[in-house]
Amino acid sequence: MKLTSRYRFSASHRLDTPALSPEENRRLYGKCNNPHGHGHDYVLEITVDGPVDQDGQVVNREALDGVVRERVLAPLDHKNLNADIPELAGSVSTTENLATMVRGALADGWTLPARLARVRISETARNTFELEVG
Amino acid sequence: MFLTRKAEFSASHVCANPAWSADRNQAVYGNNANPNGHGHNYVLEVTLTGDPDPVTGMVFDLRQLKEILNREVVDPMDHRFLNKEVPPFDRVIPTTENLAVEIWKRIEPQIRRERVHLHNVRLYETADLYVDYGGEQ
Repeated sequence: MKLTSRYRFSASHRLDTPALSPEENRRLYGKCNNPHGHGHDYVLEITVDGPVDQDGQVVNREALDGVVRERVLAPLDHKNLNADIPELAGSVSTTENLATMVRGALADGWTLPARLARVRISETARNTFELEVG
Repeated sequence: MFLTRKAEFSASHVCANPAWSADRNQAVYGNNANPNGHGHNYVLEVTLTGDPDPVTGMVFDLRQLKEILNREVVDPMDHRFLNKEVPPFDRVIPTTENLAVEIWKRIEPQIRRERVHLHNVRLYETADLYVDYGGEQ
């Protein structure tokens, strides 16, 4: 049985890579390269997978919420992804890289009995990125 | 081909083990253990898989599917207190997980055909929390 829980966080970012010239960055990333950055209300979906335990649950809701809050929402919410997040230093703050970072933040030291199965992040209602785990 | 149909029902429940203390229930089920119950607008999505019938062009007759969902899920559960009015939830704790398993058991035998079977039951307890159940593995 899979259980999916949805969370939200808001953050700013700017897409820009030192590997390209300012002109090439502007061409590649378009508005996402605007120098002062911009923000999104990200929607995060975490899916865990496992048998239903004797309490009738795949996972204890408060335990799952606690892990996500502590490792993902608290570090990311109302932050600047380029400036405030050491794990993203040196990489472009695309939602692809963000999803990979979130997967690592959750998967490293994951102790809940259900398996972490999927990380899904919507940058806007139109763009969604999904990573299977394991 | 996959075919998904949605149905909604609203019901109240309590998630608590009667053998446990209030504190232990609170630790395991949180607010869901509040003794007098609370409610949700459940959203059910059932997904069938199979090949379209060569004559009708349909994977499954949607009118029949609607009737099965109404008879087995919506009519007995909508606007009910699950623990008090909908067996087996007088004995089984009506977590979203257990509810999905019960819905699967009720509808799966009625959906199974030579070329079609039930693939997944997705049950949203709220817009932000859902389970997917594909039968016993």
